[in-house]
This record gives sequence, structure tokens and C-alpha cells, in this order.
Amino acid sequence: MTDMPVGERKQLAPPTDDSGILGWMRKNLFSSWGNGLTTVVLLVAIVWILNWFLEWAVFTANFTASTGSECRGQGACWALIREKFRYIFFGSFPYEQHWRPLFAVIAMLSMLVLSADRRMWNWRLLVIWGVGSFVTFLLMFGQLHIPLSLFLVVALVVGGIGMAMRQGIARAGEMNSYRALAAIGLVGLVLRFIGILPAWKLSIAPLSYVETSLWGGLPVTIILATYGLAFAFPYGILLALGRRSNLPLVKGLCVGFIELIRGVPLISLLIMASVMLPLFLPSGTTIDKFLRAQVAVILFAGAYIAEVIRGGLQSLPKGQFEAADAMGLNYPQKTLLIILPQALRVVIPPLINTFIGFFKDTSLVLIIGIFDFLNTANQALVDPNWAGFPGEVYLFAAFVYFVFCYSMSRYSKYLELELNKGTRR
Amino acid sequence: MAATARDLSNVASVIQLKGVNKWFGQFHVLTDINLDVREGEKIVVCGPSGSGKSTLIRCINRLEEHQQGDIVVHGVTLSNDVKNIEAIRREVGMVFQSFNLFPHLTILENLTLAPIWVKKMPKKEAEEIAMALLNRVRIPEQALKYPGQLSGGQQQRVAIARALCMRPKIMLFDEPTSALDPEMVKEVLDVMIELAREGMTMICVTHEMGFARAVADRVIFMDRGEIVEQNEPEEFFANPRNERTKLFLGQILHH
Repeated sequence: MTDMPVGERKQLAPPTDDSGILGWMRKNLFSSWGNGLTTVVLLVAIVWILNWFLEWAVFTANFTASTGSECRGQGACWALIREKFRYIFFGSFPYEQHWRPLFAVIAMLSMLVLSADRRMWNWRLLVIWGVGSFVTFLLMFGQLHIPLSLFLVVALVVGGIGMAMRQGIARAGEMNSYRALAAIGLVGLVLRFIGILPAWKLSIAPLSYVETSLWGGLPVTIILATYGLAFAFPYGILLALGRRSNLPLVKGLCVGFIELIRGVPLISLLIMASVMLPLFLPSGTTIDKFLRAQVAVILFAGAYIAEVIRGGLQSLPKGQFEAADAMGLNYPQKTLLIILPQALRVVIPPLINTFIGFFKDTSLVLIIGIFDFLNTANQALVDPNWAGFPGEVYLFAAFVYFVFCYSMSRYSKYLELELNKGTRR
Repeated sequence: MAATARDLSNVASVIQLKGVNKWFGQFHVLTDINLDVREGEKIVVCGPSGSGKSTLIRCINRLEEHQQGDIVVHGVTLSNDVKNIEAIRREVGMVFQSFNLFPHLTILENLTLAPIWVKKMPKKEAEEIAMALLNRVRIPEQALKYPGQLSGGQQQRVAIARALCMRPKIMLFDEPTSALDPEMVKEVLDVMIELAREGMTMICVTHEMGFARAVADRVIFMDRGEIVEQNEPEEFFANPRNERTKLFLGQILHH
């Protein structure tokens, strides 16, 4: 310190009185008489409530009873959950086959966890979702009969996306394979449509078939939410872009759709999908009820997501659009490379908020008789042997929902930090 | 140093505006603009705020649409044909007052984006060109940072390099130093002067009269949507003819 250059000011250490646990407590909990009193009162209240809850949920709880009557007059009857948890988790799925929905849930959760990692956000994502979805539905249905036309559609879509996205970047060989894929898909679909190609199906049938009306519990909730949001997200982006379009017809259609969907409750849309849609279909054709509910969720979520994303689009300064224009980028390039990456970053918190809302809103499908997780929990209460313990069951269901929603909330936080890395000053 | 009285009359003109008119709603923002810019010519456009200077140069690359008259850039006439617009934008680089770098991309990615996607240039080649340009604007060490980590002057130099990456034939500058802190103006002007010396065709909307004296072949004064007066810089500053020009110069050169 003695040979400090002339003119350099001595660096002072910060005042130390608020460091350490005691210092922190003094500063934050007991800084004044009023503050101290509030702290004490709240602490007493917390301890009292916690004590009451633990007494009920743990110390006097019954974990082992074999009927509801053995539980009477005691604390929480967790024996009910022990007895019913397989029904709550898997619904009416054949009992001895419960390993199938269990592994389906594991497959879907792995798929979600893997795609949460930013390093996977490229072609890997397609592979993860392709494999994950295949495993999930093979386990749930037991048998998959994939029609030829689906393969052709996939070839056309993959080829088309490859051609559009990799244009001018990919080498000639890669580009030719996209062209070949697209051509095979297109020609094949035309031939299939005019009846030259047969109605061939790829049948994979290692397990017994279980129809969707027997599905229930957690897999149903996760499938409805995952695929609902996975399809609603790109759909919502298209709606949001369409709403800002200069083409009056496109804009009008998008605004009309968004306002119409936002103007009605999800329940009414579900009832329409379940009751009214079959009336309009030609007799003999049926669309699976589960699929109808899934489509209703996608349409509904799409409209809400579109409005969230529109907020992000509007938050971008006009200069970003102008700079992209001035460089000669065309509309798809401008949108995909400049506008969406920035707009989506801005809306991560409200977007995840919407996702969380829809994860819980899927429970409304109980209105049309689909047994999602909340509905199976509800049904577990019907058993007369175990009548009278709704609190335990709903608390358990709430806990499971909380685990999922809180994970999403934490992920939102992580994503915000991760994506804004380096871009902050 | 001073603008040379180069004879540009034999050089081909690269931008032609003929009878250009534009309205914002009822407001007549450009009135009968006629302008011929020759290859290699450096033009400084000045005038009070709201006089239509920015709108004028923004019409040249179709960031604004003109309603009457013809604009021909490099032989291509601007119309609603997207192909024409994109062809012109490939030839014309633009630098904005507020830099408009893409904050989610690194400096290098900002520079290579258009060459890769618009010119379909291989990534490696685009990066080599980008690094050479970053060297030229004297900030190669910032290549992997994000725009938010750079000072205003550095950001504007990156913006100039980004426009140059497309190897444009014409550069438009829309008040490039107006949003900068005073101590950063010089570093940006130095880059622009260098560029001018290399023979780039430039149109600059700016109030930097020192810059106009140093490099401009012609100074254009605009007021209320009209070109009021234009002349070589020596003559323009020494003997302004129009009353409005005298008033304006009096206001900005009073020190």
C-alpha cells in the first residue's frame, strides 16, 4: 500500500455490518421494532400451521389400512393413495399391462428433458421426437398400422423443409437427396390418391391393442399437453405472423380465428369437438374422441400462443426489420434468422406461463369423458370402500401437477439466462 | 484535402431520380426530386429535421415507397417487383443512425449473415471477408462478442463493415454519427473518409460539415421536401445562394 502510485485512490472495502448470517438477519428481519415484531408473528404462524399439517399428514396418518373405515378418526388416510395409485396414474388401462403406460410416460419425459437442452436444437430434435413419439404410441396402442400415405407425407415435408432451409448452403449431393425425397413424396401421394398405389400399411404389432377410450391418468395428461403445445407452438407462430401480414385476406383470417377461439371457453370447444363434430361427419366415419380433444386443445392453445408471440414481434424495434430488408434478406430469411429468434426470447416468460396454464387446462377434457390425471383421481373417490377422503386424493393430484408446473417454471428461468448469455451488457 | 473539382460529366450515372414525389398521408414529404449520382461520386445531403433527407435515401433502396416518378439504380427501375427490389438491395449497402446490429448474433455472424444467405457464399469464405473488413474498421478483436458489449462507435463501425460485406456498389449513410457520443464521432468518420478515398459511391445524410468539406463532390441542401440548392462544398459553404441555405448554415456553423 505504501508504494501506491500518485493520484491513485485507495480502494476501500465495503462496510461489513450486513455480512454473515447474524448481520443478514439484523438487516432483513429485525431492522426495527415493527419489522422484528412482524418477523416473530409470521414465524409463530408458520410454525403453528406446519405443526398442524405435519400432525395430520405424517404423525397421525394411516399408511397401511385396507379399507376406508380403518382410517376414520385419524389423520391423513394415505392408505387410500397406496391402494389407488395405479388407477390414478394409469386409469382403466388393462391392469397387468400397466408397465406400458409407465414406460410411455418415461419415454415422453425423456423426450421432453432431452429437447430442453439447447444443444439439441437442430436435426437431433426431429430424431428425438420421432423416436420418442414412436415408442410412446407403440406402447400405448400396442400396435401401430402406419399407412403408406403417411410415409409419403413425411418424405414430402422433410424434402421440402430441407430444400427451403438448406438452399445455397448444402452441397449438391445433400440438395439432390432433398429433391429426391420431395419428388418421391409428391409423386407417391398423387399415385396413391388416384389409386395406382395400394392402400398398404406397415403393421407393427408386438403387443395387444388398447384403444384410446381405455387410456387414462398421467399418460393422457402428458400426451394432451405435450402434443397439444408441440403443434400449437408453430401454429401460433404462423398465426402471429399472419396477423401482421400485409395481405388483407391472410390477416383477416388470422385475426378472425384468434378472436373467435379466444371468445369461447375451452369447454365449449371440447363439447363441440365431442358432440357436434360427429353430427357433421358422414355416417360411418368416426374420428377418435381422444384425437378430437387433442385437436381442440391445439386450436385453442394456438390462438393464445399467437397473441403472446405477437407481443414479442411488436417489441422489436423497426430498425431490425429495416436492417434485414436493406441487406436483401427475403421474407422467410428475415423472419427465421432475425425476427423470430429475438421475438421468442422476449416472450419466454409469458410463453411458459401459457404452457403451464394449458398443462393444467387439459384437465377440462373430463367434461367429455376422457380420463386424464385429475379425472382418474376423481374416480378413485367413487369407491364406497374408501368414501370420505377427498382431501388426500386432491392433495396428491395437486402435488403431481405442481412437480410438472414448477419444473416448467424453473426451465423458463434457465432458458432466459441461457439465451441471453453474452447479449446483455 | 478539399473536394476536387473532378469532372464527373463523362462518368456513367448509377442512381437517377426523376420527378420523385412522396406523401406521408396528406404530408408532401418529397417534392419533385431530380438527382443524378455518378459512379464514384460522394454526395452529402443536409437540411433541417423533417426536410425529407432520410426519406430521400430510404427511397433509393425501397425502405420507403415513392408514389410518383422514377428511381433507377444501376439500370434497374424500382417497382413493386420483389425481384427488382432485392436486386437493388444487393448492390446498395445502408448504415443507419441507430446501427441496427442484430443483438442476438455475434459481430462475426452479423457480418456473414447476408453473404451466406443472400449471396449463398460458403461460410468459410464469408468469414474470411468479414475478418478482413473488421481489420479495416480496426476492431478484429471484437469478432466473437455481441453488439451489446461494444461502444456506440464500435457498433457503427461494425455496421459499416456489415454493409461492405455484401461488396455493394453504392453506400447510403443515414445520419451515421448522430447517435454517437462526441468522442466516438471521429473514429466512424475516419472509416467513412477512408471508404470515400477508395472510390465508393456514397450518399451521406449528415451534419458533419468537416466531413462534407473533406470528401464530398457535391453538397445538397434540402428543405420542406425539396432540393433547394446543390454545389461543390467550397462554393456551397462560401457562397450559399438561397436564403434558406444561408439561414441553415448560419444555425449550424455559428461557432
